[in-house]
Amino acid sequence: MIDGEQALRTITYREAVREALREALQKDERVFLMGEDVGRYGGCFAVSKGLLEAFGPERIRDTPLSESGFVGAGIGAALGGMRPIVEVMTVNFSLLCADQIINNAAVYLYMSGGQFNVPLVIRLATGGGRQLAAQHSRSLEGWYAHIPGIKILSPATVEDARGMLWTALQDPDPVLIFENSGLYNMEATLGADAGPVDIHQARVRRAGRDISIITYSASLYKALEAAETLAKEGIEAEVIDLRTLRPLDERTFLESVARTHRALIVDEGWRSGGISAEIASRIMEGAFYELDAPVARLCSQEAPMPYAKHMEDAVLPQAAGIVDLVRHMVNAHG
Amino acid sequence: MAEFRMPSLGSDMEAGTLLEWRVKPGDRVRRRDVIAVVETEKAAIEIEVYADGIVERLLVQPGEKVPVGTVMAIIRTEAEPDTPRPTASEPVSPPAPAKAATPEPMEIQFPAADRRIKASPYARRLAAHRGIDLGAVQGTGPGGAISAADIQRAVPSAPAEEKSRPVPAEDKPAEGPHTAMRRAIAAAMARSKREIPHAYFQTRIDMQRTLDWLAAENLKRPIQNRILPVVPLIRAVSLALEEVPELNGFWVEGRHRIAEAIHIGFVINLRQGGLIAPALLNTAQKGVDELMAGLRDLITRARSGGLRSSEMTEATITITNLGERGVETVFGIIYPPQVALVGFGKITDQPWCENGMLGIRPILTATLSADHRAVDGHRCALFLDALNRRLQEPSTL
Repeated sequence: MIDGEQALRTITYREAVREALREALQKDERVFLMGEDVGRYGGCFAVSKGLLEAFGPERIRDTPLSESGFVGAGIGAALGGMRPIVEVMTVNFSLLCADQIINNAAVYLYMSGGQFNVPLVIRLATGGGRQLAAQHSRSLEGWYAHIPGIKILSPATVEDARGMLWTALQDPDPVLIFENSGLYNMEATLGADAGPVDIHQARVRRAGRDISIITYSASLYKALEAAETLAKEGIEAEVIDLRTLRPLDERTFLESVARTHRALIVDEGWRSGGISAEIASRIMEGAFYELDAPVARLCSQEAPMPYAKHMEDAVLPQAAGIVDLVRHMVNAHG
Repeated sequence: MAEFRMPSLGSDMEAGTLLEWRVKPGDRVRRRDVIAVVETEKAAIEIEVYADGIVERLLVQPGEKVPVGTVMAIIRTEAEPDTPRPTASEPVSPPAPAKAATPEPMEIQFPAADRRIKASPYARRLAAHRGIDLGAVQGTGPGGAISAADIQRAVPSAPAEEKSRPVPAEDKPAEGPHTAMRRAIAAAMARSKREIPHAYFQTRIDMQRTLDWLAAENLKRPIQNRILPVVPLIRAVSLALEEVPELNGFWVEGRHRIAEAIHIGFVINLRQGGLIAPALLNTAQKGVDELMAGLRDLITRARSGGLRSSEMTEATITITNLGERGVETVFGIIYPPQVALVGFGKITDQPWCENGMLGIRPILTATLSADHRAVDGHRCALFLDALNRRLQEPSTL
């Protein structure tokens, strides 16, 4: 589309992120991309393939394997007036730069008495399901959503993958974009004019009257698949894509619960102290008298992610599990 | 009959431990008699009774810790010995928050399952709206709970009533007195800074005339009766409050209440750490000698135990005096629900201009912290001005 295509076209999530990067690099000369293997290798997930050739090594910068160092450099560049996009290969490695994110980027505005914003965007791949075992399959976005001072985006659709980056770059404060690595190959049809989208509202991806399934990222598709199965049994599930985990758009899910009177939260993160707990609490606080059943949660089993495929499938929330839970919530008979 | 209840001895008090009864059933008591000693987080306090009568029954045993508001004894009032009256007539102390009489709902006990109707919040709402008795509905929801669908199937009947049940009070683990006092101070000060928009005022006062007057006065007294410099300061505050009474009172439930009597709370540092601010009651009616005696007595009792409940609850304003510690200026935090606190620093010799002449004078820095919800800067300025004026005319003290 950058090259002048006008019609609807089918692109992958990966291509959508790349288009967004390309657009940002073209529209704003302060934007640059920095991270491990983003240049010559074209990105660990091939997201930035071709960008080095198009924009040169000044703007597509390969970094050493030093997350704390290059995220810190990104913070410095942002303070200095640039609009850096820092790619941390996966959320697993973000633990090495958690200090930069939490202790520096998130609080500079406050610590400087409002003098210094940090207009930094960090992109991270996240999620399990690809047989990468315990150290490379984490879903820690809910954890980062605990931290005031940063925004946590979780694009689940190709449209959001295409549109959230530019909006994030316009934000004066740090924004973390979590791209579920299982979604990179997913295809969808986008309009030629697809562009920036809002980052402050959840979306109802499927309307229904019997239960609100609240989810985000790759679990959205499991929830939608479950909703299709349930529809054949006469149960109409509403599916909400949170899109942004911080700040949470609680209005959208509270309004939904007020219509359906039941809520199930599906989260690839762990249950204890997770974002699912936060959402359940907000429903309790804001829609208690609307509830016709206890709020339910389907999260990953609280175990390190197994390597074996069948065991990994057993740990992650699945559509079949959603269907079972919803059936019980809606059709219970004592 | 009058109920003698565990009093609130400060806005931060939640419960107290009965240490001893000073009376037994059958004893005759008069208003203001000390009838019990109660241990609070701050100190052991002697508790006065507010009714004349005869002790009918003692309901709490020594060693028991009970929440504020708990009935501790029944006093048969003499006027109507045989006619029970509906409620007690003893006044509630002003700083007691309205909720103090309610035990804290911290721990929820699930009642026996066979007695309780399980229904979802939404189902309950629907049932109440349609006048459906939940007891007549068969639940088919999760765990047999009544769900909205069950209500929709049910036929309307008489409106259901939901009874609230008492929730047991929280049983706090025992704590050392030092920690407990720290927590009490923390709660009061945090509440103050959270709720009270403090406005601060400062003025410097030439103390030459007052100190000269005091030296002359002290020559007339035996050593043990000599008056400390803080006493004329307390006296001057009391007189200045008569000119600006708004600073003498409370901010309670969104309203400013000016107190009629002046009871000046005086911050007393305790040797084991922590502090306490009991009141010099009816300050306005006392001259410097009475104030000196009262202050000495108050400090002795604060440090040894034996403060009275009225002294703990009735202060209408507080003075903190850090002059002895060498501090020049102190801006204090108001003790809620009071609306003002006066701070005095050390009197130090300073260069001072008066009538175009430079001299060396003993200078005191006086400060006023005021609750800006209750009073405005103009009135605060008038107060400090009146304070200064009084100290320039010590013979009026």
